[in-house]
Amino acid sequence: MSATVKPVNQKAWFLILPVLICVAFSAIMPLMTVVNYSVQDIISPTQKVFVGTEWFAAVMRDEELHGALLRQLMFSFSVLVVELPLGIMLALSMPAEGWKSSAVLVIVSLSLLIPWNVVGTIWQIFGRADIGLMGAALKGLGIDYSYTGNPVHAWLTVLLMDVWHWTPLIGLLGYAGLRSIPDAYYQAASIDGASKAAVFWYVQLPKMRGVLMIGVLLRFMDSFMIYTEPFVLTGGGPGNSTTFLSQFLTQKAVGQFDLGPAAAFSLIYFLIILLLCFILYNWMQRVGTQEKEGSHE
Amino acid sequence: MARIDLDLAHSYVKNPRQDNDYALLPLKMTFEEGGAYALLGPSGCGKTTLLNIMSGLVTPSQGTVLFDGRDVTGDTPQQRNIAQVFQFPVIYDTMTVAENLAFPLRNRKVPEAQIKKRVGEIAEMLEMSGQLNQIASNLAADAKQKISLGRGLVRPDVSAVLFDEPLTVIDPHLKWQLRRKLKQIHHELKLTLIYVTHDQVEALTFAQQVVVMTRGRAVQMGSAADLFERPSHTFVGHFIGSPGMNFLAGRVDGDGFHVDGLTLPLLPGRVLPTGEIKLGIRPEYASLVAADTEGALPMTVSMVQDVGTHIMLSSRLNGHLLKARLPADAAQLSPGDTVWMKVMNEHSCFYQNEEIVP
Repeated sequence: MSATVKPVNQKAWFLILPVLICVAFSAIMPLMTVVNYSVQDIISPTQKVFVGTEWFAAVMRDEELHGALLRQLMFSFSVLVVELPLGIMLALSMPAEGWKSSAVLVIVSLSLLIPWNVVGTIWQIFGRADIGLMGAALKGLGIDYSYTGNPVHAWLTVLLMDVWHWTPLIGLLGYAGLRSIPDAYYQAASIDGASKAAVFWYVQLPKMRGVLMIGVLLRFMDSFMIYTEPFVLTGGGPGNSTTFLSQFLTQKAVGQFDLGPAAAFSLIYFLIILLLCFILYNWMQRVGTQEKEGSHE
Repeated sequence: MARIDLDLAHSYVKNPRQDNDYALLPLKMTFEEGGAYALLGPSGCGKTTLLNIMSGLVTPSQGTVLFDGRDVTGDTPQQRNIAQVFQFPVIYDTMTVAENLAFPLRNRKVPEAQIKKRVGEIAEMLEMSGQLNQIASNLAADAKQKISLGRGLVRPDVSAVLFDEPLTVIDPHLKWQLRRKLKQIHHELKLTLIYVTHDQVEALTFAQQVVVMTRGRAVQMGSAADLFERPSHTFVGHFIGSPGMNFLAGRVDGDGFHVDGLTLPLLPGRVLPTGEIKLGIRPEYASLVAADTEGALPMTVSMVQDVGTHIMLSSRLNGHLLKARLPADAAQLSPGDTVWMKVMNEHSCFYQNEEIVP
């Protein structure tokens, strides 16, 4: 056998067959089913009409959907704006070593272990003005708080619930990033006379960039797909003030059984998430790394 | 700039009981203003601890650090106004080279015009003028270390600049160049420089005064010549030089130095205490003499290495090993031959309990 020629064995392709089958059944075929629905009007199991892009056009012009999309964008944006700084602060204030750090790690991750619908239930009770701790406390302070009656209160409660549930994720990721910074960086910064703020800005934050980027993407995707918690807490109301995209979709697909528009919208929804993640990722990749031309000329 | 006086000991353990618990055994030392010093010793000898105590990153568990007579033991590095360069490059990822170099000055609110001038000078010195606007994190390891060096040197008013094996990550060719650069900078800026290394060539070429350390003890401070000619401790003799000093364990009485039943008369006027004593002789000073010369040792050749410029001869006398550096044109020798070596001369040093006998 010659050592210089790599042996070629086309049978090796069969080795990826299991993966191919798994992916086909778990992702490609369900997705194609949705594509199939999105271009047909299915009147009954035996009666269907090909409608082309009609559903897409209809969905895009749907006022209700515009409202849901706008609420969704507002919500996801607020989630990031609140959870990112809060998570970083949490990471910075966590003890670095010893039994305290282990204890804090466990306590901080507790909320991450609670199932979504349980979180919704917890907050539903927590916010009730008659028996809930928060609701009753706010009432005692003279605030007419009601997450079922007041759209602003409902919206804030959903946001607060998400912050409570998911800020620890950012905190844990940030903590991991902080622990990976070698001591020499802090020593050098101290020698260079850097203030605490400068150490944060020039040492800690840049070193946390990678993990925070993952955190932002996870939180963005998750919050953009939020369903269970507001569904349990407010059911999308009052009115449709907390009806976000996935709930809107469910109403269409399950509630009204409009499979065509629902499928078309599913695809649009998927593309929106993909596009926004792509933009977000590329933007964050570039932040703080581009050449600063002429700043010292 | 400042004169640094140390009178301290340090232990990382809470209640040190024995010598082994100490990272630094009690020591007293003075670094004069404007001097170039090196702390030399094997890994784990306490040299980095000593450096961190001077910079204020570590507070000694006992004793004091004085800068110009002022007690700074409890002061932070910032209050001491000290600069330090670390073994591995530390750069601020998001900043350009220029911003990195300016960082220590900006933190101290130096006027912008002055910063610009100073950064320009330092960049010139380090030959980085063309890279000032590049983002520092994209550079190679040696360029990053040059930035670290630059940040150490950028403040003209520092008490001292401390280097903790700063050239470890740099490749040999550039290492030599940077070391020369540092010497030149020392000449130009008249800063107090203290340089930690485990490489004797680096220490001896860089510093005017070298502190040799082992196991938490500073065993000798002196010039390259002092360390070579009169090592005050057998460790220094062994550590400095390549190969190190030869030691022959023997005994001294009225007749002279006895080793393996042979007697070597002492030089006229040389007085030594009687008892167990080690004779130390540098390979460079052991010489080949004619057979049966008075006061010479009959050695059996065990190895001959021709290094080109000279011959390194290893020979044995029972349990004793003696290395000698002979001229390249020395007589042809081969293992097994008997040679007569003279080890008693004005360069011989004597050690009792590992310490030199004056």
